[in-house]
Amino acid sequence: MAACSSAAPVETAPVPATAATSSGDASVRDLAMLALDAAKSAGAQYADVRISQNRNQNINTRERRVQGLVDTTTYGFGVRSLVDGAWGFAGSRELTREEVVRVARQSVAQARANRAALVRPVTLAPPGSAAKGTWRAAARVDPFDVAIEDKVALLLSANEAAMKVKGARFVNSGMFFLREEKTLATSEGGYITQTLYRAQPFVNVTAVSADFSDFQTRQSNDVAPMGRGYEHVTDARLVENAPIWAEQAVQKLSAKPVEVGKYDLVLHPNHLWLTIHESIGHPTELDRAMGYEANYAGTSFLSPPEKFLGKFRYGPDFMNIQGDRSQVGALSTVGYDDEGVVPEDFLIVKNGIFNDYQTTREQATWLKWWYDSQARPTRSHGCSYAQSWADVQFQRMPNVSLLPGEKEQGWDDLIAATDRGIAIIGDGSFSIDQQRYNAQFGGQLYYEIKGGKIVGMLKDVAYQMRTPEFWNAMDMLGGKNSYFLGGAFGDGKGQPSQSNAVSHGCVPTRHRNINVINTGRKA
Amino acid sequence: MSAPRSLLSPARLLSREECEAIARRALAFGTADDVRVSIGGGSRGNTRFAQNQVSTSGDNYDVQVTVRAGVGQFVPAAQQPTDAALPRRGIKVGFSSTNRLDDASLREVVQTAERLARLAPEDPEALPELPNQTFEPDQGWSDATAALDPAGRVAAVRQVTDPARAAGLQSTGYLESNAGFFAVANNKGLFAYRRATSSAMTMTVRTADGSGSGWAGAAHHDVSRIDARALGARALDKAQRSVNPVAIEPGRYTVVLEPTAVGNLVQLIAFNLGARNADEGRSFFTKPGGGNKIGMKVVDERISITSDPLDVDMPAGAFTGEGLPVRRTAWIEKGAVANLAYDRYWAMSKNRDPVPGPSSFRMTGGDSTIEQLIASTERGLLVTRFWYIRPVDPRTILYTGLTRDGTFLIEKGKITRAVKNLRFNESPIFMLNNIEAMTAPVRVSASEDGGPGFGVMVPALKVRDFNFTSSSDAV
Repeated sequence: MAACSSAAPVETAPVPATAATSSGDASVRDLAMLALDAAKSAGAQYADVRISQNRNQNINTRERRVQGLVDTTTYGFGVRSLVDGAWGFAGSRELTREEVVRVARQSVAQARANRAALVRPVTLAPPGSAAKGTWRAAARVDPFDVAIEDKVALLLSANEAAMKVKGARFVNSGMFFLREEKTLATSEGGYITQTLYRAQPFVNVTAVSADFSDFQTRQSNDVAPMGRGYEHVTDARLVENAPIWAEQAVQKLSAKPVEVGKYDLVLHPNHLWLTIHESIGHPTELDRAMGYEANYAGTSFLSPPEKFLGKFRYGPDFMNIQGDRSQVGALSTVGYDDEGVVPEDFLIVKNGIFNDYQTTREQATWLKWWYDSQARPTRSHGCSYAQSWADVQFQRMPNVSLLPGEKEQGWDDLIAATDRGIAIIGDGSFSIDQQRYNAQFGGQLYYEIKGGKIVGMLKDVAYQMRTPEFWNAMDMLGGKNSYFLGGAFGDGKGQPSQSNAVSHGCVPTRHRNINVINTGRKA
Repeated sequence: MSAPRSLLSPARLLSREECEAIARRALAFGTADDVRVSIGGGSRGNTRFAQNQVSTSGDNYDVQVTVRAGVGQFVPAAQQPTDAALPRRGIKVGFSSTNRLDDASLREVVQTAERLARLAPEDPEALPELPNQTFEPDQGWSDATAALDPAGRVAAVRQVTDPARAAGLQSTGYLESNAGFFAVANNKGLFAYRRATSSAMTMTVRTADGSGSGWAGAAHHDVSRIDARALGARALDKAQRSVNPVAIEPGRYTVVLEPTAVGNLVQLIAFNLGARNADEGRSFFTKPGGGNKIGMKVVDERISITSDPLDVDMPAGAFTGEGLPVRRTAWIEKGAVANLAYDRYWAMSKNRDPVPGPSSFRMTGGDSTIEQLIASTERGLLVTRFWYIRPVDPRTILYTGLTRDGTFLIEKGKITRAVKNLRFNESPIFMLNNIEAMTAPVRVSASEDGGPGFGVMVPALKVRDFNFTSSSDAV
């Protein structure tokens, strides 16, 4: 999961930030300007510098023990430069004037070296305007202001509540928090400071059969990680929910193995977000479609763009997929991206038809023909992101969400309308090919539906799908009252792999006639 | 592929003496019963390429100092309160880390770890810091890797991109080289230091129309052992031979798995070797009825799997993060479970010596050549590598994933044509019970993200009844 950092006094008081890193501090501005000047003097036509301070905290427990209580902080800066259309990037932990100049020159020297293998020079779409501003994530309670004893007591109480359930053998629980304060300065005059928060509590319960022939785990992944403060932990009601999760873990031991075949699937939003992430989020990244990620994350079935934009039917008319970095509390939500663009909300799928890719300033220029044909400006959607000061920014997923249907209906309504099917709750095993066609997903809980009613629990369920058929097999979706924001830390892409945190909002859906396999084997 | 590192980008890292000095300064701030200081970091460099040119690259330098503070004394199980309702007794532990090395930051990181420790509940499983240990000599450093600079990386990249462009193909790939160090010290007199390099180069070459894709890659701590031109030629050849694949029915196939594909799957066993999970009933290595499978046969008796920090092909750290020596360990011996990983507490509670988890994986092989594996196959599939491998069922180490970048049909002992990729649902345990023949083991780049990853040395395998469950249109 998200690796980053954080620091110091945990029980109260914000970080006693040293002068060199507090947001808006003159010394940060001086260092940023020094880096830009050094890069420009060395020959960069464009440069940007990010200076950041990350604090994170991890608490992990099992049963009545605290296994880990870890506070981390990291400071540093990274300079990106563009020389004759070739990128360079260098970063360092030493926030001194000498090191800033050295690293800026190192970045430019690297860009010069990279020109040797240049075929098509990079050009950048306009940033909109040279942005100056500050932004702070919606966090009501700074997690670092909450006493560590209170956090530990909450987790151990949740564990105790879970262990009271007969048959629950093990419980692991924890919390993760991040606060990132970052400053971006660009050679075009942009100067932005932002504060991001991330929070995730979890409780996982394992039940083991008496004869040691089986074990089953219920993960609390219906409590999604979010871009919020400690209020997200409070709202998760861990102590109240832990016994429910424990009961479900025990129940999974005696669930009926699924019979393979075709079923109508009713998918809970706390499961569906991951299917959206894999089968819509990733294939609509423009760098993938253009082959830039072929060696690791993969390419996309939506390639070349001219064959798919405005033509490809992703799903039924009522399917609309939005890309944004604006939903309150969502993980990808920011005021500005990592090259200073104010992100906009945009429709990736519009009335079932593929409408747009996720872009950065470099990438937006590749789609000028499409934006011109739509009488739209060629500008970045604001999807530039780097996981830390030490890594170069590139295109990462914004929040990619399935918009609610017009009819106000929910989970129970979809089940009631289904004659023979399987209802799936929570995300589980997941795997998809490098062009995002063939996927296999499991979940946390599976229920058999007969005659519009849930008749029992199933186990060893996974569905296999081909992306276009799966989404075109969707015939029902929930209304806005059933909307839920799922998401994850740790979405990997790029080499070296960088971890992105992203949310996906969605409503329950029904998909007809989907292939279900049984994953149980005997050792 | 070595070139002198320019003055602008020396491979910065901290020496043994510098680490000792930082550890002394940090330990002097400590007041807890136990204080451990770990110092790690170094220089990392990478160059990516796509569409036959460099896309992005990066160099960075970082140092992380982590402090573990322990307050109180270890209380053996026999002296714990007998009333289950009473809290268990033991050491209270906290961790904190920073990447600043000035005195004020070191003092703060020590004080934060100690404050967290004092706020933590007593932990009956936390053990005191180790006294000084004896370690095997340090291995795993390469001057060539440490000297590789951005221009040297570009030169290596061009050995792939230039031939690809000349052939009308699209090359994409990644070269990473790192020079780093790790040190651990505590207030009981322990000190250990290691410096190491690592590197990997992987590439995917695709035809312009996207109908063919080929992969090649290698990893080694000495970058001069990676032959960029030869790897590029291999990926190019596979891209050209894999065009216009035909769909075949999913099902059980005899497969010839190239070493990378074997490594992709065999390394998954390493993640499941914990003795505690096995003893607790939540692992493949749980013995039916209770206990674990040490001593039980689980795979073909031709198979042995070992790890050794002194392995010349994949040297690894000779000590753990807490300063425990790491030595050669057999995990599977002639098909039977020889060892599982025991942390210090679990080892103590089971009256055994601790066994650190695997530092690398070396599997035995056979005396066939890959040509012989193919020639002896009446009908089967040749697999270059697997991708997006994720756990499905931990009870059997069952994973799902797909073939990628070079999957071919073998008929009557010959490769006849490219086939569409397939999804598998299979366990490396089942696979190692279905072996027909093996080549000698070779070092592979088996990490999913193309980085240096965990050292893996495995043979190519011919395996029967490999379980493919669906077909993919992805090229």
